[in-house]
Amino acid sequence: MSAAVDHVRASSRRSRPRGALVAQVFEGLCFSAATALLVTLGGLIVSLFIGGWPAIQKAGLSFFTTSNWNPVTDVYGAAGPIVGTLVTSALALVFSLPIAGGVAFFLTELCPAPLRRPIGTAVELLAGIPSIVYGMWGLFVFAPLFSRYVHMPLMMKAAPGSLLEKLVAGVPNGTGILSASIILAIMILPFMAATLRELLQTVPAAVRESAYGLGATTAEVVMSVTLPYVRAGAIGAVMLGLGRALGETMAVTFIIGNAHGLPDSIFASGSTIASTIANEFTEATSAEHTSALVALGLVLFVITFAVLALARLMLGRAEQRL
Amino acid sequence: MSLSTKGTGARIARRRAADLVFTGFCVTVTVVALTALAAILWSLLTKGLGGLNLEVFTKSTPAPGSAGGLANALVGSIMMCGLAMVIANVIGVLAGTWLAEYAGKSRYGAVVRFLNDVLLSAPSILVGLFVYEMLVAPFHGFSGFAGAVALSLLAVPVITRTTEDVLVLQPATLREAGVALGAPLSFIIRTVLWRSARSGMLTGGLLAFARISGETAPLLFTALNNQFFSLDLTHPTANLPVVIFQFALSAYDDWRRLAWAGALIIAAAVLGVTVLARTIAKEQRRS
Repeated sequence: MSAAVDHVRASSRRSRPRGALVAQVFEGLCFSAATALLVTLGGLIVSLFIGGWPAIQKAGLSFFTTSNWNPVTDVYGAAGPIVGTLVTSALALVFSLPIAGGVAFFLTELCPAPLRRPIGTAVELLAGIPSIVYGMWGLFVFAPLFSRYVHMPLMMKAAPGSLLEKLVAGVPNGTGILSASIILAIMILPFMAATLRELLQTVPAAVRESAYGLGATTAEVVMSVTLPYVRAGAIGAVMLGLGRALGETMAVTFIIGNAHGLPDSIFASGSTIASTIANEFTEATSAEHTSALVALGLVLFVITFAVLALARLMLGRAEQRL
Repeated sequence: MSLSTKGTGARIARRRAADLVFTGFCVTVTVVALTALAAILWSLLTKGLGGLNLEVFTKSTPAPGSAGGLANALVGSIMMCGLAMVIANVIGVLAGTWLAEYAGKSRYGAVVRFLNDVLLSAPSILVGLFVYEMLVAPFHGFSGFAGAVALSLLAVPVITRTTEDVLVLQPATLREAGVALGAPLSFIIRTVLWRSARSGMLTGGLLAFARISGETAPLLFTALNNQFFSLDLTHPTANLPVVIFQFALSAYDDWRRLAWAGALIIAAAVLGVTVLARTIAKEQRRS
């Protein structure tokens, strides 16, 4: 018997240390990979800060409040791109939200069963189309139509000196802040619709059916039962869509017109932070120009981080409740 | 609510009208949205097919006015995406495994999970800036490697997230059976959990690949572009998204045709990979 015990001891003495070592190394590897994620995000923030600090330090507050962006004289006021980013994203959200909501409600409440799957799948697939495709479509197909059927007629109608004339000022070539907002809205639409639909599907059938059973109309079921049920998650989804719009580069760069300075009207050319960086970064020769562009990146990061953190908080709360 | 209230009929009519307006609105916007998206796909298809021929796949990007294709950009894109996927899979799978199996409810795990979510939807152009500051500026040169690293940083959060989600879904009995046999957790993870979660992880990898293959912004100032055919990733490397960007904004008709052809190729690849990922996920759910 003691021989058997000895044998077991001996074999475990032989195998266990090796097994334990492998286990430890494996756990260590997994842990370092997780930490690498943390370090990456930390490094991203630090490098944007280090790279952008000289520009912000030199320009001071005027970096945010003035709109004179001139690489030749090394004067950088970023109000134009910052305002452009906020305005295009906000407009895109305003255009896109009712439509995305309508599509999601249609798919969960109204759509005939045989169409539900194909339309839902199509919307989800479209959410994955690269944004450069939306940008090209915006420039080559949408912009000429927009100029011909919207901007030009409005300019013709506007009396000299009227408010409308001010509102539609800008070269009528179809590019500009409003066009960019519309393209952005189309781009984030499938994403928001798909997320909202997914959320609405988490509403238990019993809840929805009891509302219908009490005689509520479809509008009442959606507005007072299912939508309130997923409220926190829906706000989170909208914020995620906003986050996408804020950081979007290609869809905007094609069609916003790329003019620095504060836009005079929503029909005028403008720029966003992302489009400015995309256009100028490889051509920036002076250190100050590069630094100003990285500082713009830092501003974008702060804005999107705030929006995303809020969105995750909201979505997280929604998940906990489920 | 009493049934004999005056005006019940009027209220019902009002509610019906409100419902009609609501339903009408939902149907209308759905039609509008689907039409807009169909219009985009239609112009992509017609304009893209017009520029698509065999030369697109066999010749390198031309000078304006001469014939050429996108071969160098295609090869560059495939090399960079491939390398990025290798890097991202190693880091993403390990990090996702740590979150699912080792992190538990620890505070550090919660922080990593949250930051991974932030990274998942961070603007891709900022990732490009970061890699520029880390890999391009210090070594004084744009390179395909830098582009691959930038793309991998975009893929890692996706893979981490899906790996964690799939592993958490694996039944606890699998782990318990392994532990009862005396196997250490690391052994169970590698031989049992990874294997049973394989198709879910494959789906995540494919979705990450679909995401990075169309990314333009982070490549603009990491991989840059290269007019010539090259397999050397230590130098600026041609890639499809940046070529499309430059050609589309050019004034030459043949360049624009190539840009549309390239956009069609990318969109088709992304859609194909996404459909493949969904099919695998569905198969798995069925079994």
